[in-house]
Amino acid sequence: MNADIKTREYTTVSEVSGPLMIVEGVEGVGYNEIVEIETPTGENRKGQVLEVNEDLAVVQVFEGTDDLNTLNTKSRFTGETAKIGVSDDMMGRIFNGTGQPIDGGPEIIPDKELDINGNPMNPASREFPAEFIQTGISTIDGMNTLVRGQKLPIFSGSGLPHNDLAAQIARQAKVVGTDDDFAVIFAAMGITHEEANFFMKDFERTGALERVTVFMNLADDPAIERILTPKMALTTAEYFAFEKNMHVLVILTDLSNYCEALREVSAARDEVPGRRGYPGYMYTDLAGIYERAGRIAGKEGSITQMPILVMPQDDITHPIPDLTGYITEGQIVLSRDIHRKGIYPPVDVLPSLSRLMSGGIGDDKTRDDHSGVSDQLYSAYAEGRNLRDLVAVVGEEALTERDQSFLKFADNFEDQFIRQAKDEDRTIQETLDLGWKLLTVLPKTELKRVKDEFIEKYYPE
Amino acid sequence: MMEEGNIIKIAGPVIVADGMRGAQMHEMVRVGDDKLIGEIIELEGDTATIQVYEETAGLKPGEKIERTGGPLSVELGPGVMGSIFDGIQRPLEVIKELTGDYIARGVDVPSIDKEKKWTFEPIAKVGDKVTGGDILGQVQETSAVVQKIMVPPMIEGHIKSIVGKDQFTVEETIAVIETDDGDKEVAMLQKWPVRKGRPYAEKLDPDIPLITGQRAQDTFFCLAKGGAAAIPGPFGSGKTVTQQQLAKWADADIVVYIGCGERGNEMTEVLTEFPFLEDPRTGNPIMDRTVLIANTSNMPVAAREACVYTGITIAEYFRDQGYDVALMADSTSRWAEAMREISGRLEEMPGEEGYPAYLASRLAQFYERAGRVTTLGQDPKQASVTVVGAVSPPGGDMSEPVTQNTLRICKVFWALDASLADKRHFPSIDWLQSYSLYVDNITSWWQENASDEWRANRDQAMVLLQQESELEEIVQLVGPDALPDSQQVILETTRMLREDFLQQNAYDEVDTYCSPTKQAGMLKTILTFHENASAAVARGADVKDIAALPVKEEIARMKYIPEEEFEAKNKEMQEQVVTQCSGV
Repeated sequence: MNADIKTREYTTVSEVSGPLMIVEGVEGVGYNEIVEIETPTGENRKGQVLEVNEDLAVVQVFEGTDDLNTLNTKSRFTGETAKIGVSDDMMGRIFNGTGQPIDGGPEIIPDKELDINGNPMNPASREFPAEFIQTGISTIDGMNTLVRGQKLPIFSGSGLPHNDLAAQIARQAKVVGTDDDFAVIFAAMGITHEEANFFMKDFERTGALERVTVFMNLADDPAIERILTPKMALTTAEYFAFEKNMHVLVILTDLSNYCEALREVSAARDEVPGRRGYPGYMYTDLAGIYERAGRIAGKEGSITQMPILVMPQDDITHPIPDLTGYITEGQIVLSRDIHRKGIYPPVDVLPSLSRLMSGGIGDDKTRDDHSGVSDQLYSAYAEGRNLRDLVAVVGEEALTERDQSFLKFADNFEDQFIRQAKDEDRTIQETLDLGWKLLTVLPKTELKRVKDEFIEKYYPE
Repeated sequence: MMEEGNIIKIAGPVIVADGMRGAQMHEMVRVGDDKLIGEIIELEGDTATIQVYEETAGLKPGEKIERTGGPLSVELGPGVMGSIFDGIQRPLEVIKELTGDYIARGVDVPSIDKEKKWTFEPIAKVGDKVTGGDILGQVQETSAVVQKIMVPPMIEGHIKSIVGKDQFTVEETIAVIETDDGDKEVAMLQKWPVRKGRPYAEKLDPDIPLITGQRAQDTFFCLAKGGAAAIPGPFGSGKTVTQQQLAKWADADIVVYIGCGERGNEMTEVLTEFPFLEDPRTGNPIMDRTVLIANTSNMPVAAREACVYTGITIAEYFRDQGYDVALMADSTSRWAEAMREISGRLEEMPGEEGYPAYLASRLAQFYERAGRVTTLGQDPKQASVTVVGAVSPPGGDMSEPVTQNTLRICKVFWALDASLADKRHFPSIDWLQSYSLYVDNITSWWQENASDEWRANRDQAMVLLQQESELEEIVQLVGPDALPDSQQVILETTRMLREDFLQQNAYDEVDTYCSPTKQAGMLKTILTFHENASAAVARGADVKDIAALPVKEEIARMKYIPEEEFEAKNKEMQEQVVTQCSGV
């Protein structure tokens, strides 16, 4: 480190409020610098400088401000921004939300110390993601295709099986034609022990644990600590992907808890709130997380992100899913209605979307008819769903034969295409063939979205 | 040596410094040991508030502020075209060479290459009387663009000397102009402060359409050259694809595309795709006439605030050379949010939804820089800057302040609708909500260049679509069979209008661009169907038979007929419509 950066210790805490404390009389303190705090009882905590005003520093304390006092709490300014030591050995290990190992294993001997905030990736250095990832789930592979380097969140509601779906994707995701497995980085923010155990058991059961790195901030851990967790996880992911040439799948759950923590800090600082009390900079902050997915031209590895967020009251217009949707490259939306019908995974394909789909599918990647079949399934299912409302009013008999066929299609689609078992791993060919089979219910003249040549080639007789 | 100040407070992208007496509002400064780029946004006594265009982590009170004496400016001249810049006009390709795949802080790179030599061809001669905006010479910058080198605004006099055709860097003097206050040396490079619009002689009425090759936009909700359009839409409604389609196909000479707070991968898509796309009019790569400004969502927020100004200043510079420029800003909501974020850090009293009270006036000032003008100079040219701003209303709620304030200024409104997108109806422009106030202005252009029935056909189609929405309500209650035959024909026609005309496939090689004549032809065919089908039904024909006519399938596929075959095939199709309808 530079010699001019001296670490200084102060016992001049002047105010403690919520997650923040104010230290006065400081000198040479940098914005965003990490602070080591010793409580009067001798416990060590970490904090970060949020604002410096002449000789006042506003510090957010990650592990909570309990027991801090204004008499003899010691704060030591380290002169460094938050860093994480990364190394190969992190694979297969479990860390807490601030990057300390909690699995009883040895400390990590870092290969490198990286700033957890990272720097923005230069858009001119990016490579456009276009490699198809087969998740084995028809609604995703067939209609909302995931590609390497994409960020595709799962928008869910409380009580819906998003965890099962995420675990299934982590288990089954592969790039067809290669045998390189994904390394999985799992960052838990404010989820319960039970949920965390579900994932850990699933990783263990399937033998995936050795290629999983876990960062765990649970519901009873300090809330402010979660602000660090995704950044720790993504810094590790960048190291694996762009220095160790691995393909990394990052699962972040649950982003709603992260945003709550942001709001808590913002409120404590008396900032002018934006929508629903969330800070005005939440978009920028979330972008700092999501935009760390991607590929770099000339580098082997990739970071694919699958954040999970539970929408309060299933409301997709709530600021958290709303801002997320503007940054991520699409979204997988789970539906309570489909879930109530007992269908797993309850993916509602209509509001779901993958923005990078068109680059990842087609002749040499999946199959030449993929885009047409997908469009056709979409519009036919949308029409079927519309007709259901009409049936509720006029009864099924009043419909034309054409309309009845769409209604039938929508039912079959939900029952056969959306529904699949929790361990069912469909290939993309199986998914597309299934799509064609379902489309036979409709009059052939209604297949306007598929080119004639594909109808000739694939229409099942 | 410029005076220096000291940092006293740091909060995110906003810092406060003292010892700044004498600094000007909006002056550009270098902040701290890393010399981060910043701009003064508030002055009070001895202290100045500065927004910093780079990440401020690690800055300390006591670090120096270096003043530059000038406002935040862009550099204009050969070398701008085909580049990709960040929000404060730093070329990202050069940054990549310097700092690798991530953007490090405090990178100091010239906006345009000062070493590169360009072949300058003089046009003006010694002794010519020149004023600001007059053309001294030109440089073939890319295959698609000839840059006109202009006398900077505010200079007037006689050319004392001018160089011959040769190679020069942008900073070398190419001419000396003798003015009332002495000789002025002129180089190809010009600097212009971004927050100040470049001058022009006069604003003109926008009466020439900006043809985009997109049927829903051109035929129904057309934009005029020099106009301003807003595309509000919730996420997933196809806003970005719509913007990119415009950037690709709009018949502008120059396109400036601002990715303001948007996704990194999207900018990469533009960067990888544009060099390989051909301009349908000239055959040159589209990238050769495009300037990209990329300030992705994870890049510093203050630079996001500046990027729209950087973009529009570059657009105005090309306008002054006599070009029609189209500027796409995706998305202005991110720009407004950046304003809000900075305003929050300044602890200003918030207006609606936390946005600063000056939101409306800033938006208006920006959109007013659009327009068709006659340029400065003794040989004035007609040129334009057309602005298309995407708006991302939170939760799709159009009543929010950014959308509402934008609509008060823009004359064209392309409302994207999520439910249409869910049905894969693309572009998902809602035909009932959208509008264009330029239709009257540009009617004569269409009648002369595409079809003399254009206006009548367009209006009839709009009426039919309007009727459909009323009929749909009845159908929802009683089912389609309960409607009289004549109204069922309307539903057949409007389904055609929606599926075969309004829907356009951006990913299909043929359908991605549709010429005005083809648009007019397609519309005519559908309306011919309507006319003949209505007549047939009036004669007593069964609607079911009409609905089963084989020609309908041909109409459904007419969008995929290549331009050169279209006219003949379309004529044939119209004849088929007439025969088949009279056959039932």
